[in-house]
This record gives sequence, C-alpha cells and structure tokens, in this order.
Amino acid sequence: MTTAEESMLRANAIGTPLTRLDGTEKVTGTAPYAVEHPVDSPAHLHPLQAAIALGRATGIDTSAAEAEPGVLAVLTHANAPRLASTGNGELEILQSGEVGYRGQFLGGVIAETPEIARRAADLIRVHYERYEHDVELRADRDDLYKPEQVNPAFDTDTAQGDADGALASAAVTLDATYSTPMEHNNPMEPHATIACWTDGELTLHDSTQGVYWTQAAVAPLFELDQQQVRVISPHVGGGFGSKGIPHPNVVLAAMAARLVPGRPVKFPLTRQQMFSVVGYRTPTIQHVRLGADEQGRLSAITLDVVEQTAKVKEFAEQTAIPTRTMYAAPHRRTSHRLAALDTPVPTWMRAPGECPGMFGPEVAMDEMALACGLDPIEFRVRNEPETDPESGLPFSSRNLVACLREGARRFGWHDRDPRPGTRRHGEWLVGTGVAASTYPVFAMPGSQATIRATPDGRYAVRIGAVDIGTGTWTALTQIAADALEVSVGEVDLEIGSTTLPTASGAGGSSGINSWGSPIVAAARTLRARLDEHGGTVPAEGVEATEGMPDNPHTSQYAMHSFGAQFAEVWVNADTGEVSVPRLLGIFAAGRIINARTGRSQLLGGMTMGLSMALHEESVLDPRFGHVVNHDLAEYHIATNADVGSLEVDWLDEHDPYVNPMGSKGIGELGITGTAAAITNAAYHATGIRVRELPLHPDKFLR
Amino acid sequence: MRLSFTVNGRQCEADDVWEGESLLYVLRERLGLPGSKNACEQGECGSCTVYLDGVPACACLVAAGQAAGREVGTVEGLAEGDGLGAVQESFVEAGAVQCGFCTPGLLVATDDLVNRVPHPSDAEIRESLAGNLCRCTGYEKIMDAVRLAADRRASSEASRSGKTDA
Repeated sequence: MTTAEESMLRANAIGTPLTRLDGTEKVTGTAPYAVEHPVDSPAHLHPLQAAIALGRATGIDTSAAEAEPGVLAVLTHANAPRLASTGNGELEILQSGEVGYRGQFLGGVIAETPEIARRAADLIRVHYERYEHDVELRADRDDLYKPEQVNPAFDTDTAQGDADGALASAAVTLDATYSTPMEHNNPMEPHATIACWTDGELTLHDSTQGVYWTQAAVAPLFELDQQQVRVISPHVGGGFGSKGIPHPNVVLAAMAARLVPGRPVKFPLTRQQMFSVVGYRTPTIQHVRLGADEQGRLSAITLDVVEQTAKVKEFAEQTAIPTRTMYAAPHRRTSHRLAALDTPVPTWMRAPGECPGMFGPEVAMDEMALACGLDPIEFRVRNEPETDPESGLPFSSRNLVACLREGARRFGWHDRDPRPGTRRHGEWLVGTGVAASTYPVFAMPGSQATIRATPDGRYAVRIGAVDIGTGTWTALTQIAADALEVSVGEVDLEIGSTTLPTASGAGGSSGINSWGSPIVAAARTLRARLDEHGGTVPAEGVEATEGMPDNPHTSQYAMHSFGAQFAEVWVNADTGEVSVPRLLGIFAAGRIINARTGRSQLLGGMTMGLSMALHEESVLDPRFGHVVNHDLAEYHIATNADVGSLEVDWLDEHDPYVNPMGSKGIGELGITGTAAAITNAAYHATGIRVRELPLHPDKFLR
Repeated sequence: MRLSFTVNGRQCEADDVWEGESLLYVLRERLGLPGSKNACEQGECGSCTVYLDGVPACACLVAAGQAAGREVGTVEGLAEGDGLGAVQESFVEAGAVQCGFCTPGLLVATDDLVNRVPHPSDAEIRESLAGNLCRCTGYEKIMDAVRLAADRRASSEASRSGKTDA
C-alpha cells in the first residue's frame, strides 16, 4: 500500500510564483465576466422589490409600466412560472404576493434598455397589507431556538467535563460578551446573470462560485434535468461567499427570460440591490467564559453564541467552531442559538464561523492573559493542546506556536511593555496586539477531472471548477503539470462551465483540495495508460477520468491551518480615530501552490479583516427592516489609504495527510483573527477594551 | 441623439442614444468595450475610471450627452502596439490582479498617476488610488505594481530622451 508520504506530488511547478495565466485578459479588459458574454439583442431586467418588511401584496398595478415604449413584459406573481417546491424559501419567489423581508423580489420589468426597465419598474404601483415585522437580534429574546446542526454539518452544541463547576473553582476567571455586526460581502462585481431559454432548456452566464452549485439549485425549481441547465462562468469578479449558493436574482432572471423565449435577458444587480437579496454575515453575540489556574492554565472554556437567521430559510452560522479546536481545557462547552427574523437570509461570508468566531474568543484570550499576568503569546503557548481538544484526534500538522514565535521575532514583540495606555506620539496613543488565526481543511466530494493527451504533445485538463479571482486557472495548471510531469506550457486547462466534468464550487477554501486531488488522480491514471503505449501518444489520443479520491486520513487526523497576526494601532486621543500603520501575519497552511497568488490571498484576507475591524457594519433600521447604509458611499470598506505596512509570510509546513499536494487552503485563513489583533492593540494603546466591532471612533471617546 | 466622440483615438458614433444614459453604458453596451466595469454606479468605487479629455473620471457619472465631441480613453486603449503597456505589464507581473474587476479602473488611474508624477511616494500612490476600491488584493501588490510601472515609465522616458539627444 502506498503511504501518504509516497503519494505526495513531487513539486516542480507548484510552489513557484507563476504569473497569473488570466492576467493578460484581465489587464486588457477582454476577460468576459457574466453579462459581458456577447449575445444577440439582449433584453434587460429591472426588479420590483418589496417596500415593506412583512405582509402581502394585495394588488400590483402594472398598467403604466406596460404602456412604456420599449417594455417587453412585466413579471409578477400573476404570470410568473410556477416553481417546484424544493423547500428553499429564499429561491421560491413570485409564487404568491407574500412578503417575507424588505427588498424581496415581487416582480420585474423586461425592456429594450436598462433605463427603460428601471423607469417602468418605478411606475408599478403595489398595494400592501402590512403585518408587524420583527428584525431585531437580541440575546435576551425569549424565542431563541437550537438548530438541528450548524453549517455545514457540525453539532450545534458540545460539552465536556463540568464547565460551570470548573469556573466556580478557578483561580482566575473571565466572563465577557462580544459582538460582531451584520456585514455584507460586497465583491467588486455585483451579482450578474444572462438567462436565455432555448427549446425548453436554460443557459445561464452567471457570476457564481460554483457552476454545478447553480445548476443543482436551479434545475429542480424549473423541473428540469440537471443537464438541461447550462451554467457558464469563466471569470468571476469576487464572491467571498455571497456567490456560493445562488440567490433569488438568478431565479428572477430565469423567470424573466421565460417571458421572452429565445431572447437573452441581462440582469446585473445594482450595488444597492445587493444589500437585500444576496445575503450577508449574520450579526453575532458571543458570551465567553474562561477559567484558569494561577499558572495561567485554562481549566474551562465556554462560548455561547446568539445569532440570526431568516424566517424564509434557515442559515446557522458555525461561530463556535474554532473554539472547539484552539486551546486545551478539560472542561468546555459551546452552543449556538438562533433568532428567526423577518430579514433577508444570511449567507456565507469569507470564513463563515471562523471569522466572527475568532473575534470574541481571541479578545477574551488577551483579556485573560492580562488577568493572569502573562504575555498574550506565552498564555497561548501554555494552553496549546497536544491533540484536538474535543475530538482527541492528533493534528495532521499544527504550527500555531511556531507562527506566534516567528511573528513575535519579526514584529519586535520581545521588548513590549504590557501596560496599556502608556505610549504616545503627539496626539496619537500607540499600542500593539496579537491574535491567532485558524481555518479547517475542507475537502468536498464529487469532483471529477478528465485529462486528454494528444500526439501534438498537449494535455487538455477539463474540470467544472471556477476562478473567483483566487488564481484557480494558474494553480490547477501548475498542479496538472506536476502530476503529468510536464511543463505548465504543455497544459491546456478548461474550467468554468457545466459542459466540463462535474465539480464542487469555490467555498470553504476547499477548491485546490477538491479539484487538485482528482486532477492528480487522473494524471496518474493517464501516465499509466501512456506507459502501456510505450510512452508515446497514439493518433487517437489517450484519456483518463478520475473522481475525488477517498482520503483515509480524514477520519484519523484533525486538519487545520493556523497563523498568528500582529498589529500596531494608533488611536487619536482627541478624535478616537483608529489607524493601523502595521500588520504582520505569519501562517502555516501546508504547501503553498503558487507563492504569488497565495501571498495575495493572505494579504487580501488580512485587509478584509482590517476593514472588518475599522469600518464594516450594515445598519439595519428596525422600523423598516432595511439596511440604511446600502451602498459603497455609506458601507465603508478599506481603501488603499487605510493600509499601512502589511506583511505576510508562511512557514514551510509539510503535511502528507491532507491531500497529494500537501496544501490546506488559504482563501479564508487570512481574515480570521485580524480584527481581534487590532482590537487587542487598540486596548494596549488606550486602556479602553472594546468588545463590539467595528472600532468606530466613538468607542474610544470616554 | 447621435453621439459622436473619440474613443481610444478612434472616431466613434452611436445612434439612438438617450442623453441621460451613462457614458459607461455607451462604452459597454453600444460600443462593445466592456473593459470599464460597473460596480457601484455612483462614483464610489472607481471601477469605471476612464480618461475624459485626458483627465480620469468615473464613466458612470458622465452622461452620454456630456461626452459628445470629447476624447475618451479606456483600459482597451492602454496597450502599446501589439503588446501590453507598461502599466498593464506591471500589474500582471506584480500579482496586482486577482478577480480583475477593479483592475481596468486602477490601470487608468495608475497610468494617469505615473504620467503626472514620475516618482510617486507611497503616500502619493495611496492617496491617488484611494478612490479605486479593491476587495481582493489588500492593495500591497497594487502598490508594488505602481512602483514598478513608475520605474519603467521613467526609464523608458529617459532612454527616449537619450535617443533624441543623440
């Protein structure tokens, strides 16, 4: 039997900083994004959205809209196609006049130009029966409930030992509540679709994180076989989770196109529309309790999370998951409780679970280190577990302590004065902070790769993967080249379409793991077949198809990436303005497939973490149920001028158990822990402990 | 209206244009130049940055009628001959491109910066590009790309003036 070590791919192209293969198309403006695919005489869709948060449309007067020159059709629940019931309340739109959240689609106008469609949509008059809505998340609600599981399939609650007893007898304790706000993913490319029906089949040029995910969700709604829905998506302008499972905009585009058969309908969302229909990160309320002995060894860890879901469809963010793995303690408990509200449905947002879940607990670790009189790095080192604390499994590799130590050395942590509020540069209070990062190694089942060798010396690699900007085109080409033992120039990769072999989507940092593994398997089979032909390619070519191989180590090891983030923060003593002149992240995430695109993934993750720390907050008006700051003028994300020195590096980590590439996934690791490191640094600067993100200036004015 | 203007040095006409539609729409949907992107349509993100008479502007905020008779430059016009221009090449090499949606606007803004300021300081770069939002890269590689582009532009200017002197 081949050992894990022997089955590892020998690195030649992988690990090198190969320049992005889709770079030229992107800098010349020729890479086609969803609505840029050339189509003949497209029509344009503008949606009609609910102007109440809960109730029923009792009458929709479309006469003025229909009378507008250039209007092709008006879509409402009166003439919308009947959808099959799939149990997905988010996608089953226009089946009645019921309104479950403000901004929900009630219809749309299809017209010759976007302007005509938009103007006509404004002319539609809707009469509502309003019901009293409920959109406020609070920890003291009496209707919080326990979901059956949290995403994607974790236990809702866990408990070991006697946490309450251990806390009662601990020498040092901490009991604090932290919160993270509603946040919107805001990829730069708004969600966009071209839908076209031809002979009863549907083609979707869609901005999606998974062509097969979109197919799987859409086909049953319209009672089609999977192969009757073709989804094409070679380039995607970012997703960060919000283009994972499809949202109602895809369904509305498909419904609209049905009213004008044979004619493609373009439906790019506006930025404002994205704030009500394509999901968001749920706000979280995190109650953390820690107990430790006099030497700073944790005896108890509890985390009880309250967060929201939508009444139209359940979404249960796995916020407590990282706490189950980070630190050792014999007595522990985690729980999740949900409030079901009359709001849009939350969705995945970069590192769902881990990102919010590494805020409260990592700030708590900083507070507890101080309470124990220990340096926050030493405190974490003292509580480093030997095996995964809850499952008891050994780690396939875990280098959190090495990341903390290397980061401390590079950051200049050793002469840090732990006292808060004691360093000043003119009007600025200066501090430094640290937090840990982690993300699980996910592998999704079901992907297949086909490789075809032809006598001209080319290797066609085909898989229905997607590139949402991460570098899939480049990294999979590198993996294929090494698995085939050829140069990257001999490989022709095809991704981004359901005409290619089935594949999982880009989510959970699982892409390289889930697509690279079948590519390696197919390449190995192909090479064996080529050997049967004496190493030469016959005229008809040679082909091999393989699926995602079973990994027996998945049940034997706990597999996670780790990292350490360091922040220097300046807080203005007069205005409370927070500035972050320096961020350093040191990560251990197995083998990095492409040093150039990989570094950008981690830098980008940390910058989104900086953005989360300083700016991001969707403000929901409880009176009307909508997000008030629903555009990029009011929902602030970090700009170039917000970033100071930002540095990323990684440790060489050898892990033969995760997959043949030895890679763990890096799309989400970088955002975890950043906001905690900045918050801890802000405390060190000011002596003010903020437990609610974001760190807006008012929180430092006391 | 019939709209006549210059795009990337070429005279262009578009018929049946509504004066109030955006220059961005005219470029993307009527002239088949989808390089400039629509990401916010309110001038906040810079993804649609184009040259208007040599000055960077958000094409989403320019009404088609306002572009009549003027010169527009887009990302499609940044190539030099058959190859990439120095700014385009620098973005690819530095790894400043990820999803690529902010890239066309950033390229135009960077082209303008390195034309105006031969050796921009980091602070000047950050300030100049603060109106171009990027959600992927974290800006560090964009900084590298701009520095690289500025160096290349400066050295090609130097060699060109050297040749003229000779």
